Amino acid sequence: MHDSTERKATQMKRITKVQFAAVGVSGLLLAGCSSTEEPAAPSTTPGGGNVAAGCEDYATYGTFQGDAVELYGSIVGVEAEQLQQSVAKFSECTGIDVTYNGTDQFETEINIRVDGGNAPDLAIIPQPGLLQKVVGTGAVVAAPASVEANVDKFWSVDWKNYGTVGSTFYAAPLMASVKGWIWYSPTEFAANGYEVPTTWQGMLDLTAQMAANGGTGPNYKPWAIGFESGTATGWAGTDWIEDILLRQQGPEAYDRWVAGDLDFTSPEVKQAFEEFGKIALNPDYVNGGFGDPASIVTTSFQEAGLSILEGSASLHHQASFYEAQWPEGTNVAPDGDVWAFLTPPINEGDPVSVTGGGEFVAAFNDNPATVALQTFMSSDTWANERVSLGGVISANKGLDPNNASSPIGKASIEILQGADTVFRFDGSDLMPSAVGASQFWTSMNDYVSGTSLDTVLSDIENSWP
Amino acid sequence: MTSTEVPLSVNRGLQMAGLDAQFWSTQGSNLLLAAIAILAFLVVVSLIMFGADLVRGAIRDKVQLVVLISPVLLLLAIGLIWPAIDTIWLSFNDVVEQPDPVTGIYTTVTQFVGLDNYVFAFSDPTTLRSVINTFVWMVLVPALSTGIGLAYAVFIDRAKGEKILKSLVFMPMAISFVGASVIWGAIMYDYNQVGNQTGTINAVLDLLGFNPVNFLVDSPWNTFYLIVILVWIQTGFAMVIISAAIKGVPVEMNEAASLDGANPWQRFWSITVPSIRPTLVVVLTTITIASLKVYDIVRTLTQGRNGTDIVANKMYVFGFVEGREPLGAALAVILFLFVIPIVIYNVRSLNKVKETR
Amino acid sequence: MSITMPPAGPAVTPDAEPTRKKTRAAQAKENLTSPWATAAAIIIALLWTIPTVALFMTALVPGSRYRTDAWWTVLLDGDLTFSNFGYVLFRSFGDNSTAPPLLGNVMNSIVVTVPAVVFPVVLGLMAAYAFAWIPFKGSNFLFVMIFALQVVPLQLALIPLLRILGPENVGVAGQFPGVWIAHTIFAMPLAVFLLHNFVAQIPSDILEAARVDGASHTQTFFRIIIPLSLPAVASLAIFQFLWVWNDLLVSAVFGGNKTYPLTYPISNLAGAYGEFAYLVPSAAFISMIIPLIVFFALQRYFVRGLLAGSTKG
Repeated sequence: MHDSTERKATQMKRITKVQFAAVGVSGLLLAGCSSTEEPAAPSTTPGGGNVAAGCEDYATYGTFQGDAVELYGSIVGVEAEQLQQSVAKFSECTGIDVTYNGTDQFETEINIRVDGGNAPDLAIIPQPGLLQKVVGTGAVVAAPASVEANVDKFWSVDWKNYGTVGSTFYAAPLMASVKGWIWYSPTEFAANGYEVPTTWQGMLDLTAQMAANGGTGPNYKPWAIGFESGTATGWAGTDWIEDILLRQQGPEAYDRWVAGDLDFTSPEVKQAFEEFGKIALNPDYVNGGFGDPASIVTTSFQEAGLSILEGSASLHHQASFYEAQWPEGTNVAPDGDVWAFLTPPINEGDPVSVTGGGEFVAAFNDNPATVALQTFMSSDTWANERVSLGGVISANKGLDPNNASSPIGKASIEILQGADTVFRFDGSDLMPSAVGASQFWTSMNDYVSGTSLDTVLSDIENSWP
Repeated sequence: MTSTEVPLSVNRGLQMAGLDAQFWSTQGSNLLLAAIAILAFLVVVSLIMFGADLVRGAIRDKVQLVVLISPVLLLLAIGLIWPAIDTIWLSFNDVVEQPDPVTGIYTTVTQFVGLDNYVFAFSDPTTLRSVINTFVWMVLVPALSTGIGLAYAVFIDRAKGEKILKSLVFMPMAISFVGASVIWGAIMYDYNQVGNQTGTINAVLDLLGFNPVNFLVDSPWNTFYLIVILVWIQTGFAMVIISAAIKGVPVEMNEAASLDGANPWQRFWSITVPSIRPTLVVVLTTITIASLKVYDIVRTLTQGRNGTDIVANKMYVFGFVEGREPLGAALAVILFLFVIPIVIYNVRSLNKVKETR
Repeated sequence: MSITMPPAGPAVTPDAEPTRKKTRAAQAKENLTSPWATAAAIIIALLWTIPTVALFMTALVPGSRYRTDAWWTVLLDGDLTFSNFGYVLFRSFGDNSTAPPLLGNVMNSIVVTVPAVVFPVVLGLMAAYAFAWIPFKGSNFLFVMIFALQVVPLQLALIPLLRILGPENVGVAGQFPGVWIAHTIFAMPLAVFLLHNFVAQIPSDILEAARVDGASHTQTFFRIIIPLSLPAVASLAIFQFLWVWNDLLVSAVFGGNKTYPLTYPISNLAGAYGEFAYLVPSAAFISMIIPLIVFFALQRYFVRGLLAGSTKG
């Protein structure tokens, strides 16, 4: 059967939800990169050749002869090359031959490879829910002490927990992404005297003000929202609910909700949907450039935010990867054409809470060469090396935010590294797939298409296995 | 990889970076492998068959029969029959995976639940809807593709440029289901609530002064618009097979009828259609089965929203997206049941052919 | 050998060719004189071609306008460009990437497809002959079972088969032979069904004559069945070719890095964020070309007709 798009879209959803990336905006990235004042940068210049010697950082991993490690993951295209590049030095210094194989059908293929007895040495697993499933097969080995030591040193407890299944720590986090950005045009804000809101209510007030003022583009509405994403249509809506719920109810309630202990039909969850509905169901507020709320489902998530550039909308809720969607030449900066603020807290002074995603590196054996690479990838050396290549960020505390290739990346790293930041993984990725990769999406589509909230919520609740 | 000048990424992970000698030698050896495989296969098959021909006596026919059918039966047994039995069994069970509290490794518990999964399939309103829609697909797709394919085959028979006319209708067959869905979804059926219409059909409607149609959303016609896509693909299949059959109809029969004063319309119904009836049955059967199985179109374009779901898609979602394999298995068995009447019909006409020999 | 049957098709229909040609021409005239039929044919041909033409035109839309403008708008602006085809073939993932050109995958598609067509067609024809012409106990039951297996959804069979072909057993998963075997198995039900229906329609007097002459099944198969079923074999071959050529799932599961066919990079082409979605129409169009060449090459078999087949109702 030709189900490529199916897998593709599910995967795309995963990837988009999981990685912060800015593929394809190389100009922008390089600009950000070259301004770094870090002296050690040359060693990672693509294509420029490596400075001989300089293996000091890699001495701890030992040297090997003829050992090969297969790294397997969902990353493809430019990012796959950058990944390969980020371990090139390691490869050179340790003598371990590292092969990265990327596939956009990772979720299916990893199961098939494990079932078929053909597991890779290391897999980069794009979310904790899938990690649990892969661990469930019994094929994954617990993380070696060297990896655990690195994670204790460089990551927050939140992150370590996401790499833990049962009470065993299996997988170190790799890259990260921050969700819940709200994109806007600083130029437009300045021209109209709009201020970046600091509370949820402030944002609703701003929306009302914008709706009254109108905009310059055709079919202006304050918000542009797009759910369409092939077979994963609706995921963009789940991000809204996650952001609101985490801020309204706090991390403990969020964890209970994700675990299935707080029902979708509970007043807490209903409240989060109602807050979202205040924006998404109001035909005066959406859908800038595309019509009314009914057009949300048919507007692609990539396209929606572009209304801001046309003056047809002012606000667009989407993860940091959306940076890559702006057409070439768009100035993404605090005073540029577009910039983003984090979805505001409910009350002034609430702790910074963000949702996001990230990958985890799981090992299928404990060969010394596998352990060496696994340890390296959990180190600050790797994080700096990889982030310097552009496009991604990490929550590794040893990472220098200045290595980020774009302003929004730098801002994201700083948020992730913040001592008081509450970080929670994208909830729908953690729920059973019957909910998080299926009914939750479908019901978000139903909700914005006019289905009653009670039906929407009980549909999702009933799909919980 | 000793050179420090070349970034390692160029040589690893992403296979071959250019059309160099190594690329061509790889391709060459692959092609050689395919050629050798085909040759070896044909030689082995011939040797075995002629080997069986050396057997003498009454047993010879039996040995040859075994040689003829055993490869197919063997391959099917391991590749399809076993999984099919497994599926039927699974559809009467429920599977629960219990993670170990310390290691997180699953213990799988399979529990016999009788007809529960079937009860669910026929009581869950969205699943029931998909069963009904599947029936609509199963009726309309074969009828329309075969009807149009037959008409077209007759119209262009022996016409000038027949080959070109045939390939025009055949062309959609060369596109994958997903590719076809993308063409129709993004290029033909696209609908904009405001602004200019960028979908081809809506742009035409707009030009002619009609209201644009939200093809994939407006129920119940959206199911019909999805069916159109599969008809677009399958008509080529029907047309090619039927056209070949029409060319096999002896000209003398037509001539005789013509002399009797039958007009082309009468000749079509009294001679052409009865003559190619076995072919029509094959075509109808094949397309019916395809229309039951093909889920890509719904999957790609609507994911079953707005009342467009079909059993094949639902099965896919249960079994491969949501991890509810027993439910998916039950729907697979329901698809089996849909096919039974077609199987019976085919067996009957098969027996008729054998009797009349 | 004592077989007296002529080896090839023409003699089976001994009626004089010349007269047939004449009457055909006469009839053609009659068909063409019906303006309604001609009009209907033209309308169908047009309707069926429009989406493909639209695909082609969309393939010419430059990336910067792909999301916002329809092809005719771009056409009127004179902005259409062939560069997308170049990107797809030689740059694969747009710019700034060293990803391999699709050419390697085109070659893989050929290597995957040709044996995966030959194997099931040959094996299917053998079985089809047995089911159609050799009476044996359980013949009907087995045939019906094979027929019904057509509905088994492919996905259900993937993992069990992979275990058998995987490294712990046969050990051909991830290589071309693994893909060939998988495709062969999944093609079997349709191959047996289609070929059976044509083989069964070969006039029985031909086969009986051979039997009377003492021909064995093997001899009958090589002397009669193969030559007479060439048109049916050609039709099955083209459909199996299309199926394998457009397949992604089987190749992804049973193949590996070195065997991925054209469909694989195409499915990756849009990129993680859909940033290269504008290349998908051109890639889809490229992937259609070889199947169409194969169709043209095999078309003469269709035109030649299915000989005696199909005529005995």
